[in-house]
Amino acid sequence: MKYFILGHAGRILFPALIILSLIVLYRGHNLPGGGFIGGLMAATAYILVGLGSTMQAAKAKLRVDPVTLLAVGLAIAIISGLPGMLGGDPFLTGEWLPTFYLPLLGAVHLGTPLIFDVGVYLVVIGFTLHTTFFLSELAESDTEEGTD
Amino acid sequence: MSEYALLLPILIPLIGVVLLLLGARSLAVQRAGGVLFSSLTFAASLYLLFAVDQADYLVMQMGAWEAPFGISLVADRFSAVMVAVSSFMGAAVGIYALSEIDEARLKKFFFPLYLVLIFGVNGAFLTGDLFNLYVWFEVMLIASFVLMSMGGEKGELEGGLKYVCLNLLSSVMFLAGAGIIYGKTGTLNMADIGQQLMLAENADWALSSSMLLLVSFGLKAGMFPFFFWLPASYHTPPSAVSAVFAGLLTKVGVYALFRSYTLIFMPLFPEVQNILLWLAILTMVTGVLGAASHFDMRRILSFHIVSQIGYMVLGLAFMTPLALAAAIFYLVHHIIVKTNLFLVSGVVIRMKGSCDLAKVGGLCNSAPWLAALFFIPAFSLGGIPPLSGFWAKFALVKSGVEIHAWWAVTFALLVGVLTLYSMTKIWAEAFWKKQPEDVDTTPAKPVGPLVFMVAPIVVLSISTVVIGFFGEPLFEFSERAAAQLLDPQSYISAVLPQPAEVSP
Repeated sequence: MKYFILGHAGRILFPALIILSLIVLYRGHNLPGGGFIGGLMAATAYILVGLGSTMQAAKAKLRVDPVTLLAVGLAIAIISGLPGMLGGDPFLTGEWLPTFYLPLLGAVHLGTPLIFDVGVYLVVIGFTLHTTFFLSELAESDTEEGTD
Repeated sequence: MSEYALLLPILIPLIGVVLLLLGARSLAVQRAGGVLFSSLTFAASLYLLFAVDQADYLVMQMGAWEAPFGISLVADRFSAVMVAVSSFMGAAVGIYALSEIDEARLKKFFFPLYLVLIFGVNGAFLTGDLFNLYVWFEVMLIASFVLMSMGGEKGELEGGLKYVCLNLLSSVMFLAGAGIIYGKTGTLNMADIGQQLMLAENADWALSSSMLLLVSFGLKAGMFPFFFWLPASYHTPPSAVSAVFAGLLTKVGVYALFRSYTLIFMPLFPEVQNILLWLAILTMVTGVLGAASHFDMRRILSFHIVSQIGYMVLGLAFMTPLALAAAIFYLVHHIIVKTNLFLVSGVVIRMKGSCDLAKVGGLCNSAPWLAALFFIPAFSLGGIPPLSGFWAKFALVKSGVEIHAWWAVTFALLVGVLTLYSMTKIWAEAFWKKQPEDVDTTPAKPVGPLVFMVAPIVVLSISTVVIGFFGEPLFEFSERAAAQLLDPQSYISAVLPQPAEVSP
C-alpha cells in the first residue's frame, strides 16, 4: 500500500461513491445527472482505490475487462432503442412502465430512456477506466526503465 | 416500414463495434467481424438506395419527437447514393485490410475503429440536422485520428498532428457557424433553417454563419486555400487507411457543401456563387500543380484528391440541373477510382517496399496484371474515354459550356491534361522504366495473402469500366438526384410536418 490514509479513505469512500453515482444515474432523466456524470463518478471510485493502493487492485475490484464493459454498455444503449420499434415507432422512442410508488423513492418512472442511460453509464466507466489503466501501465513501465 | 432502411446503414456498423469489442482478444474474430459487418453495411446501403429511389424521401424522426425539435434522419437520392458508394468502399477496403493491417494494429482495435468510421460517415450523410452533422463529423474524425496515428511512427504522428489541428480548427468554425444560425433562427433542423431563410425578406443575416460553414466544410473537403493538411498527412498511414480516407472523408465535406447551398443556405447562393466558382478553379489548379511537382506515388495521389474536389465544387457553383447531375456522377466515379488508386499503391509498397517513384520500377515486367489494374483507374481519373472519368468530365464541361462559363471550362480542360500528365509520370516511372539497381527494395514481410489485396482492386476496376461503358442508368439516377437537390421545397415538406410559423 503506497498511501496509508488515502488507501483507507478509498476503501470507505468506494461504496459511497458507487451509491452516489447510481442515485445520479437514476435522477438524470428529469434532473441534473444522468449516465455520463454517473459513470464518471463510478469510475472515480475505482481510480481512488487504484491511487490509494495499486491500479492492479482497482482492476481486481472491477473484475471485468473495461473494454467488455464498454461493449456491453453500447449494446444496452442500442437495445434500449428497440422496444419502441416493436410498436411501429421510430428507433429510440421512449417506452415507459406505469408509474408506481415505493417508500423512500416516491414516484418511480422506469422506461427505456433509463436503460439507455445505464448503457451510457457503463460506456463511460469502461472508457475512463480503460484509459486510466493503460496510462498507469505506461507510467509504471517508464519508472521501471528509469530505475534500471 | 421502409423507414427502417434508414437506420440499418448506421446501426449495423455500431452493432459490429459492440461485437468486435466483446471479441477483442481474438484476432480471427476481429478480421472476420470487420469484413462481415462492413459487407452487411454495404448490403443495407443498397437496400436504402432502392427504397429511396422508390419513395423519393425517407424520413425518420428519432425517438418520435417531431421535427424541428427532434433529431431527423433524412435520405434523398443524393445522400442514399453517397451512403451506397461509401459503404461499397468500406466493404472493399475491409477485405483489403485483412492482408495489410498487422497484428499490432489489430490489437489496438483497428476494425472496431474502422466500423466507427463507417458509422460516422453514413450518419453524416443521413442526418437532417445541422448540429447532428457536427456530431457525426466528430465521430468520423475521432476514429480517423486514431486510425491515422495508430502505428506511432514519427511520420504518422507528424501527419496526424497536422490533420488533428486543422480539423479541430474547422470543427470550431462549424460549431460557431451552427451556434450563430441557432441564435438567429432558433432551429438547427436543416429543412427548418432552409424554410425560414426562404421566407425571410432579406436573408443576409445568415451570411456570417454560411461563410463560417463554407470555410469549415471547405477545410474538410480539402478545398483551396484550406487543403494543405491533406497532402501532408494522407501518405503516412497504411494504404488501407489512406484509401478509405481518400475515398470518403473529403467527400463528406463536399456533401456538406452541397447540402448547405442546395438546402440550408439556398437563398444565399447567388452571393457566394462567384466565391465558390473561383475557389473551385483554384482548387483544381493548385491541386494538379502540386501533384505535378511530387515524386512519391501517394503524395501525387493526395494532391489529385484536392484537384478533383475542385471539379465537384465546380458542379455546385454552376448550379444547373446538368451540372449537379455531373457533380454527383463525378463524386461516385471519383470515390471508386481514388480509393482504388490508393489500394494499388499499397500493392506497390508490398512488392517493392516503397512507393517513391525514384526507387520503384519495372513493374510492367514483374507484375503486368498490376499494371493493367493501375491503368484502369489512373486513366479514368485522367478522363480518357470510355472510362468513367471521361463521362464525368464531359458532362461537367458540357454544363459549363451551356452557361458560358468559359474560364471555368478552360481550366477544367487544362487541369484534365495535367492530371493525365502526372498519371503518365507514375506509369512511366513505376511501371515502364527498369528497376533502379542501386536502391535497396526489400519489402516488409507481408501480413496476409496477396489475393485479399488484389480482389478488391479488381472489383473496383471492373466497376469503373462498367460505369464507363454502361453509365446511362447511373447518370439518369444522378439527374433524378440533382432534380431533387434543386427542389428544396419537396425536401422541406417531407421533413417538416406542416408549414412552420415564420419568425420575424
